[in-house]
Amino acid sequence: MAELIVISTLNGVLFGMLLFLLSSGLTVIFSMMGVLNFAHASFYMLGAFFGYQLTRWIGFWPALVLAPLLVGAVGMAVERYGLRNTHKHGHVAELLLTFGLAYAIEEIVSMVWGKSPMDYRIPAALDFPAFTVFSTNYPAYKIFMLVVSVTIFVALLIALKRTRVGLIVQAALTHPSMVGHLGHNVGRVFMLVFGVGSALAGLAGVIAGPSLVTQSDMAGLLGPILFVVIVFGGLGSLPGAFIASLLIGLIQTFAVALNGSLASLFGPLDPGLGPSPLTDIWNVTVAQIAPILPYLLLVLVLIFRPMGLLGTRES
Amino acid sequence: MRHLPIAVAAAVLMLGGAASAQETVKIGYIDPLSGGGASVGEGGLKTFQYLADELNAKGGVLGHKVEIVPLDNKTNPQESLVQAQKAVDAGIRYITQGNGSSVGAALEDFVTKNNSRNPGKELLYFNYAAVDPSLTNEKCSYWHFRWDASSDIKMEALTNYMKDQPSIKKVYLINQDYSFGQSVRSDARKMLAAKRPDVQIVGDELHPLLKITDFSPYIAKIKASGADSVVTGNWGQDIALLLKAAADAGLKVNWYTYYAGGAGGPTAIKQTGLDHQVYQITEGIPNSGNKAAMDFEKDFRAKVNLSLWYPRAVNEMRMFKAAAEKANSIDPVKVAAALEGMKFDVLDGGEGFMRADDHQFFQPIYISSFGTLADKAKEPFDEENTGWGWHLVSKIDTANAMVPTTCKMKRP
Repeated sequence: MAELIVISTLNGVLFGMLLFLLSSGLTVIFSMMGVLNFAHASFYMLGAFFGYQLTRWIGFWPALVLAPLLVGAVGMAVERYGLRNTHKHGHVAELLLTFGLAYAIEEIVSMVWGKSPMDYRIPAALDFPAFTVFSTNYPAYKIFMLVVSVTIFVALLIALKRTRVGLIVQAALTHPSMVGHLGHNVGRVFMLVFGVGSALAGLAGVIAGPSLVTQSDMAGLLGPILFVVIVFGGLGSLPGAFIASLLIGLIQTFAVALNGSLASLFGPLDPGLGPSPLTDIWNVTVAQIAPILPYLLLVLVLIFRPMGLLGTRES
Repeated sequence: MRHLPIAVAAAVLMLGGAASAQETVKIGYIDPLSGGGASVGEGGLKTFQYLADELNAKGGVLGHKVEIVPLDNKTNPQESLVQAQKAVDAGIRYITQGNGSSVGAALEDFVTKNNSRNPGKELLYFNYAAVDPSLTNEKCSYWHFRWDASSDIKMEALTNYMKDQPSIKKVYLINQDYSFGQSVRSDARKMLAAKRPDVQIVGDELHPLLKITDFSPYIAKIKASGADSVVTGNWGQDIALLLKAAADAGLKVNWYTYYAGGAGGPTAIKQTGLDHQVYQITEGIPNSGNKAAMDFEKDFRAKVNLSLWYPRAVNEMRMFKAAAEKANSIDPVKVAAALEGMKFDVLDGGEGFMRADDHQFFQPIYISSFGTLADKAKEPFDEENTGWGWHLVSKIDTANAMVPTTCKMKRP
């Protein structure tokens, strides 16, 4: 039992950190610009595919730097030529734009790279077990993912709260015209923020690609859960997203590890009743419903604490 | 000259009638070409297109060209019905599908209803991989033919092998949560209890179909259970990612699988270093030693750039041609009648037959293990450039790979 708890905790933290790497970009964009970016997971996918392609051409380490920059450039182009024009029509138009963009990116990716999984491998330098707990290996690559996530978290917090750039960015959100009068180019500030957010998603893609599966449906698999993370953590709150990612990672891994069902709690149903839909529900284990738990959490949070864990406003 | 348009129309119709003798036989390929099952579906499509080309190169079926029409069902039963209706509307009379028994059940039902409502426009459903036993038992249909061994046949053969392995003490079952995965799990439980009552089932997991990106939590659970063997019917990314997570965690167990050879599986097995500890049960293997099959495999790999994953598809297409020739017609009703009870020499050697009682094809079954190949001359084929390949462990003849059926076939 101790073994399962320790290993599940480790797995949960590792998965949670990946979620954070992804949701950090989304939450930065949202808190700075108020845009809920539906295409965020698509930028993550682009990152993975760019990372795969560049790794083939120039190796993993250059790709780790270049691919996020490329994705950031794509993001900036989307802001400059798409979002900026729809901005005046309000948030719904922006939302719809990113929604359509998500589908467009998925189709383009499957046109270019096909629909089969890519052979995107972990770089040889990181392909060894970092340590062993209870005779289970922990790949060095996963520890690398963990380190990158924490670094990003700290760097973002410092950049937003402690630097002049962060000050201007935050001011531009609430008082854009005032910031403009002070001589700052508000449009460029927004473009940079969107670019940085996309680049973060791209970075998550480059890193997660070899560890998970790089395939044209990867955006769809992780996309929905990102929204759970940022709503649960509080829309626009970076520390909130960090805590929410960890919690959701842990909840999902621990739910899988549990075998409990209503039947094991209260004993089996009277066999005299015969098989019925009720016996099916009675015998479902926690492990089987693990994948829907985060969404259940989303519903509960929205009902009982709409601003999320560390959110400040009710939107 | 007022009647000229009518005359022209009539002439066109007659020309059309004359041309229809040379019309192509279209086979609707209803399988995932997007979503989680896309990689499997694309491989299947390439296989069928290769086989159609093979038939066409030898004059087609009774002089008719064979064409495969890809229809994307996203592994979704509802979407499959839309695609099947699309096929019917396009005048397609044959459909083939394999991925997902839930899809198979929906299509079988669709075909049965369609054929009773539209006599003269019957549709045949050739199933090459949906292996839920119910499709040829309680849900059986005259219009459905299955070339893959059903899940209970495979489990029968697999447990016959496992019962002679004294090292197996604790077994863990992990399967996808839908009709096929559930049948693997219940068959495994039933047959292991009958053949090896001393074996302990230490875990029995069902996980969502094609939705898990990281299996590490499941691997941790398998490890904690102390299992020495895992039995799984997982396919597609679910087996590749499961093996990948096992490789990362360094889980050392024997794997008894249906589909470990799917895309990504061999690479992951090589990574785990489990030399000849991953077993697979199939109706044919690349290194079978049968010359004709190995020549076919060589040509297939050269042209399609994939390993032949569906020897049963080869049997299906070749047998379709044989049945049409026997019936001397490409009419689905006559082809169906010709297929019933038909005997056929399968790709990897040996005779199989399409049982008339339930339209299940019975054939020799192979258990193979994945690892280093001792003799490259006899076993030339490796997988995914790993240098490792499938090695024949046990061959089960047709007579020993049969299971009874409860099907009460309603014949038209």
